[in-house]
Amino acid sequence: MPRLRAWLCRLVGLVRKETREAEMAEEMQQHLDLLIERNIAAGMLPHEARNAALRQFGGVEQVKEVAREQRVWRWADEFVQDIRYGARMLRRTPGFSILAILCLTLGIGTNAAALSWIEGILIRPYPLVAHQDRMVALGGTTRGGERGGLSYPDFLDFEKNSTLFESFIIDKITGTTLSNGDRAERAVGGMVSANYFDALGVRPILGRGFRPEEGTGRNAHPVTVISYMTWKNRYKGDPDIVGKTQYMNGVQHTIIGVAPEQFHGTFIGYSFNFWVPTSMQETFDNTGYKLEDRGARWIEGYAFLKPGVTRQQGQAELSAIAKRLENDFPEADRGHGIEIFPLWKTPFNAAGGISTTLGITAAVVFFVLLIACANVSNLLLARSLLRRHEMTMRLALGAGRRRLIKQLFTEGLLLSLIAALGGIAVAYWSRNALVLAFPTSLPGITIDYPGQLDWRVLLLSITICIGSTMLFALMPAIQSSHVDLCGALKSEGAGVVGGSGRSRLRSALVLVQVSLSFVLLAGTGLLLQSLQRMQNASPGFSTNNVIMSVVDLFSAGYKLDRAKIFHTQLLDRVRALPGVESAALTRVTPFSYNPPSSAPIEIDGYQPAPDEQPNADYLQVSEDYFSTLGIPLVAGREFTRTDDENSPRVAIINETMAGKYWPGKDPTGQRLKVKDNWMQIVGVAQNVKIETKLEPPRSFFYVPVRQNFFVGNALLIRTRETPGAITNALAREVHALDPTLAPYAADRLQEQVDGRGYTQRLAATLLGIFGGMALFLAAIGLYGVMSYSVSQSTRELGVRMALGATVRDLLRLVISRGLRLTIAGIAIGLAAALLLTRLMGNLLYKVSPRDPIAFGAALIILIVVALVACFLPARRATRIDPVRALRI
Amino acid sequence: MAKEKPDLVYGTLDMLILKALQHDPRHGLAIADRIQQMSKDILHVEQGSLYPALYRLEAQGWIKAEWGVSDNNRKARYYKLTAAGRKQLSAEEEHWLRITKGIDLVLSEA
Repeated sequence: MPRLRAWLCRLVGLVRKETREAEMAEEMQQHLDLLIERNIAAGMLPHEARNAALRQFGGVEQVKEVAREQRVWRWADEFVQDIRYGARMLRRTPGFSILAILCLTLGIGTNAAALSWIEGILIRPYPLVAHQDRMVALGGTTRGGERGGLSYPDFLDFEKNSTLFESFIIDKITGTTLSNGDRAERAVGGMVSANYFDALGVRPILGRGFRPEEGTGRNAHPVTVISYMTWKNRYKGDPDIVGKTQYMNGVQHTIIGVAPEQFHGTFIGYSFNFWVPTSMQETFDNTGYKLEDRGARWIEGYAFLKPGVTRQQGQAELSAIAKRLENDFPEADRGHGIEIFPLWKTPFNAAGGISTTLGITAAVVFFVLLIACANVSNLLLARSLLRRHEMTMRLALGAGRRRLIKQLFTEGLLLSLIAALGGIAVAYWSRNALVLAFPTSLPGITIDYPGQLDWRVLLLSITICIGSTMLFALMPAIQSSHVDLCGALKSEGAGVVGGSGRSRLRSALVLVQVSLSFVLLAGTGLLLQSLQRMQNASPGFSTNNVIMSVVDLFSAGYKLDRAKIFHTQLLDRVRALPGVESAALTRVTPFSYNPPSSAPIEIDGYQPAPDEQPNADYLQVSEDYFSTLGIPLVAGREFTRTDDENSPRVAIINETMAGKYWPGKDPTGQRLKVKDNWMQIVGVAQNVKIETKLEPPRSFFYVPVRQNFFVGNALLIRTRETPGAITNALAREVHALDPTLAPYAADRLQEQVDGRGYTQRLAATLLGIFGGMALFLAAIGLYGVMSYSVSQSTRELGVRMALGATVRDLLRLVISRGLRLTIAGIAIGLAAALLLTRLMGNLLYKVSPRDPIAFGAALIILIVVALVACFLPARRATRIDPVRALRI
Repeated sequence: MAKEKPDLVYGTLDMLILKALQHDPRHGLAIADRIQQMSKDILHVEQGSLYPALYRLEAQGWIKAEWGVSDNNRKARYYKLTAAGRKQLSAEEEHWLRITKGIDLVLSEA
C-alpha cells in the first residue's frame, strides 16, 4: 500500500510541477530566514548572519536538486521533458518528420491492411462462423494419391465413431435456376447437414435453421433457408417470407429461415443464395440418388475439432476409423481414406487457387514494410550526422550517456507512435480501398473479402517499425561513446561525399532499398507482361463473336426425352434468328468452371505399356460446334445432324491425341473404345485450350451430343448481334417452346475466358499497387540520403569549387557517387530477383522468370529515379557559395 | 552529490526524523534542532540531507506537510506524522534496538 501511495504522490507531483517548485523554493527560503534570524539573535551583523546561514545551509540549488530527485518520479519527469524536447525537434525539421512519419505510416498501414486481409481469407474466411481456428475441411483420398469426396454412409460413420470432434457438417455446393420474369438466374446453394447452422453458430435472422429430422429420408423435407441477399433482392425483404414456398428443381420448397446479412456460406469463391438439407440430394444432383451408396463419393464438408485437439490427433483418429471401414465394407471402401485440411488448403473450393496469389502479395507488402523501415532508418541516420554536433556539445557540458540515449529513445518512440497512429488510420481506411482496387471478377462469383483488421498483424507491423526506428534512432548516442570531443566539435560540415565510416551503414541501407525495389519492380513487370500475353493469346477458338447462354432444363424438372426434343427445337429456332451465323450445343462451355468428362479409353491397334491406363477427357457437342467456335479441322469432317442415336457412334479427336496414338498415320477411320462403346474417328481437330490458357496440350476428343445426351446443355451462338439483343430473341423462342422457362442472360464467350485469368489479374494489380509504393518509398530514401550526403560535404564541394572545379564537375561527382550505390543495389536485387521470380512460375504465362524485358524495365526505372534523386541535391550543391562553404 | 554525513549512521536519518515528529508537527529547521537537542548535541543534521529525506518520507506517505505559522509568526511548512508513519517508526525502532543489541553483544565480547 505505501508503495502504491508513494507512486501516486509522485504522479500527482509530476502533474503539479510548477506549484511544487514554488513551494520548495519558499520552504528553503523560510529555513534560511530562520537561520539568519537566529544568527542575528546570537549577535551577528545582518550580512554576516546571512553569509553564515548560507554556509550552514549549503548550496540552495544543490539541495533542491537532490530533493527533487527524492520527491518526484524522476524518470517520468525527464520523460516528459524528453517528449517536449522531441516534439520540438520534430517540429524544427518538418521535412524530415513528415517524410519519416509518412514512410512509416504507409509501411505500417498497408502492411497491416493487406496482411490482415490475407490472414482473414486464409484463416478466418467465413464471417459470423464461430471457432474457425478449430474448423477443418474434409476430403477423401485413395491409395493412388487421388483426392475426392466422401460417401454419405461413410461420412455418417466418421461422425458417429469419432470422439475428438465437436461436430461434422456437410456443405456440398449445388445450384438451381430461378426465373425472374423472362430471365433465368443462377442461384448457388449448399446441400448441408441438418446441424449446419447450429454447428457454425449462425442464427437465422428470420425463422429457423434445419431440424435434425429434416436431414433424413429421401426427398422427404423440401425446406430451405435463404440468404439475406436473396431475401432482399428476390423477395423484396418480405417480412412474412417464412412459410412461403419456392419451386426449385421442380419441387416446391418451404422457406423456413433467412440467414444473417454477413453470412455467405462456407465456400471460398461463391456467395450462396440458399441452403437445403442433404435429404434433398436427389432433387439437386442430376447424377442420381446417392444417400445410401457407399461408393458414391460426393460429400464435401467440414469438422470442428474439440478444443485442445490438434489436427494430427484428429487425423489419426479418422484414419483409424477409415481402416475399420475398409475392413467392414471392402467392396466400396478398400483403398479409400480420409484427410483433413486447414481451411486455407480446402481442396474443394477456390482457397487453393488464391493462396499462391495471396502468398506473393504477403511477401510484397512485407518488402514494402522493409523498404519503409530502411527509409526511416536512413533518414534518422542522416539526421544523426547533423546532430553529432549537438550530441558532442551535450557530452562536453556533462550530460551522461545514459541520459542522451534516453532522450534519443524518447524521440524515436515519439516518431514511431505518431506513425503507428497514422498506420492504424491508413490500415482502417485502406482495408476497404484495397478491395476497390481489385479487378472485378465474373458476375455471380464473389470472393468475400473480410474487411476486419487483425490486431495481431497490426501489432507485428508496428513492432517491426518501432524496433527499426529505435535501433537507428539510438545510433548517434551509441556512436557518441567514442567521440573525440574536441575533434567532433570542430569538424562539423567537413565531411567528404560518401567518405566517413558511418556512411557505410547508410550505403548499406540504400543498397537494401534499391535491391528490394528492384525485386518488386521486376516481379511486377513479369506479371504485367504475362497478363498482357495471356489477354492477347488465342485459346485456339474465336471468342469475340460467340455468345453463350443456358436454358436450365434440369432445374425445370425435364427428363431426358423431353430435354432432347426441347434442345433440338430450340437449336433450329436459334439458327433461324436474324444475324445468327451458326449455333451449337455443348454439355460444358469452354473455360467454364465445370470440367469436361473423363474416361479410360482403349484404342484399336495401340498396345499400352504394362502400367499404363490410357485416359482422355472428352466433350459432348452438337453439329456445327467446330464452325461456331472457329476451330479448324485438320482432317476428316464435322459432326452432322445425322450423327444421332440411330447411326454408328463416331468421335473427333484432337491433334495431340492423334500424334500420341496414331503417330505418322491418318487416324480417320480408326476405332476408339470408351465405356464399352467402340466409335469410329471421323475427324481431327486443331488443339484448343479447354479450361485455362495455362494448361498444357492434352489428349482430348469430342463425341456427338445426340449420341450422348444429357438434360443440361449450353448454347453457343456465332453472331454479330449484341448479347442483349440475342438474350431478348432467345427469351422469346424459349417462351414459345415452354412458357415456364427462361434462358440465362447471354454473355460473350470472351468474358468467360477473361474471367479464368482472374488470379493473375489480381496478382498483377496487387503487385502494381505495392510495387509503385515501393518505388515511391525507395525514391524518397535515395533522395534523402543523397541530399544529406551532399549537405554533409558542403566544405569539400566548396574547396573543390575554390580550386577551380566547374559546376559540371561537381554534378558529375555527386551523381556518379549516387549512381554507383544504385547500381550496386540493382546488382544485389538482380541476384535476388533471379532466385525469387522462379517461385512465381505458376502465375506466369509464356514469360520466362528471367525475362529480359521485365528486368530491363526495372533497371531503367530505378536508374531514372536514382538520377532524379541525385540530381536535385547535386544541383543545390553547385549553388553553394565557395566562400561561405569554406567558412562553415 | 551530498549524502548523509558520517556522524549519522547510514539509513537512520529517516527514523530520526520520524522520531522527532512523534509528538508534535514541526518545520524543517525545528526538526533539525529537535534531533540535535534529543541527541544532546551529538547528532547534527545537514539541510542538504534533511530536505531530500523529508520529501522522500512525504512521498512514502509517512509524513504529511502543510503550511502553518511558526512561533515567531512566520509562515512555515509543518511536517506531521501520519498513521502509516507512526507504524513505520515503531517498526524501525524495534529493528534498530535488535540490531544495536546485537552489535553491543559482538563488541562486548572481550
